[in-house]
Amino acid sequence: MKKNVKLKIACISVYLLFLTVSFIFGYNPGKEIAFNLISFLLYMLKILPCAFILIGLFEVWVKKEVIEKNLGEESGIKGYVWVILLAGTIAGGLLVAFPVAYSLYNKGAKLSIVFTYIGAAAICRIPMTLYEASFVGIKFTAIRLLVSLPLVIITSILLGEYLTKRNYKMAEGK
Amino acid sequence: MYYTYAIAGLILLISYIINKQKTLKAVKIAVVKFKKIFPTFVTMLIFVSIILFLFPDEVISNYLGNSSKFISVLLASFIGSITLMPGFVAFPLSGILLTKGVPYMVLSAFTTTLMMVGIITFPLEKEFFGVKVTIIRNIISFFIALIVAVVTGILFGEIL
Repeated sequence: MKKNVKLKIACISVYLLFLTVSFIFGYNPGKEIAFNLISFLLYMLKILPCAFILIGLFEVWVKKEVIEKNLGEESGIKGYVWVILLAGTIAGGLLVAFPVAYSLYNKGAKLSIVFTYIGAAAICRIPMTLYEASFVGIKFTAIRLLVSLPLVIITSILLGEYLTKRNYKMAEGK
Repeated sequence: MYYTYAIAGLILLISYIINKQKTLKAVKIAVVKFKKIFPTFVTMLIFVSIILFLFPDEVISNYLGNSSKFISVLLASFIGSITLMPGFVAFPLSGILLTKGVPYMVLSAFTTTLMMVGIITFPLEKEFFGVKVTIIRNIISFFIALIVAVVTGILFGEIL
């Protein structure tokens, strides 16, 4: 076993031990942390299995040529439109966006499109945007989207170009 | 939340009817990928549970409501960057903050960093994109959030 794997297991054991002891002795901060853990775990378990099933189906059904053609090096403006629409309809925020972005990249999407996807998945998911507008007002939401989305696209293009020049490759086999 | 399950289930079913082998392969890929990334998720969850304990709602509204606008914007983007909460928690909280008189630009900094900058999701993000790219992306996102906050402030007449 690698050293940092051992360290990680040790940390997790200490953490769990702390939570258990907190419950036995009624130590409130420990209990609160445990409740946070459980509520977040439930939240993730609601979303993640679906997300990974969809990623699996995507990997099997969508041909590499299709992604290369529409989201690859030759895709142009349309590619950004597609990827923002895709991001807008997928639930789960960044947690889900990372593995999806990774699959897109491996199917031949170019880097600037991949980063645009991540940014768009963070800021403009459609169900979330409607929810947001109902709490803080449509003007607020509109400003947020109209300012951040172009910035996301521009910075993604710059970052993509910078990394392509440096021959950046993402980790394999995740 | 249940509509995601409905949609995923439906697509899976259609896929199964069209091609059984391919669908089984897809499920296998899903399981393998999930297994690989699961330990990182656990690490992240532990961080989340501690950070949310350190920054409960009351603390956040205390910090964001009581100082000057610009300090509040910086604090808001700082808190937004290190915490992680789902939209269904964050936006009602924003609504409450708004009624407490927190300026729009502060809310904007808070929600945008919350959504785009993920110090807690760092271990997960770096698994896919590497440390350097993860840091660059988060720094860029942080500045985008500040720009959005300033524009929000101008358009709501909170600065100038």
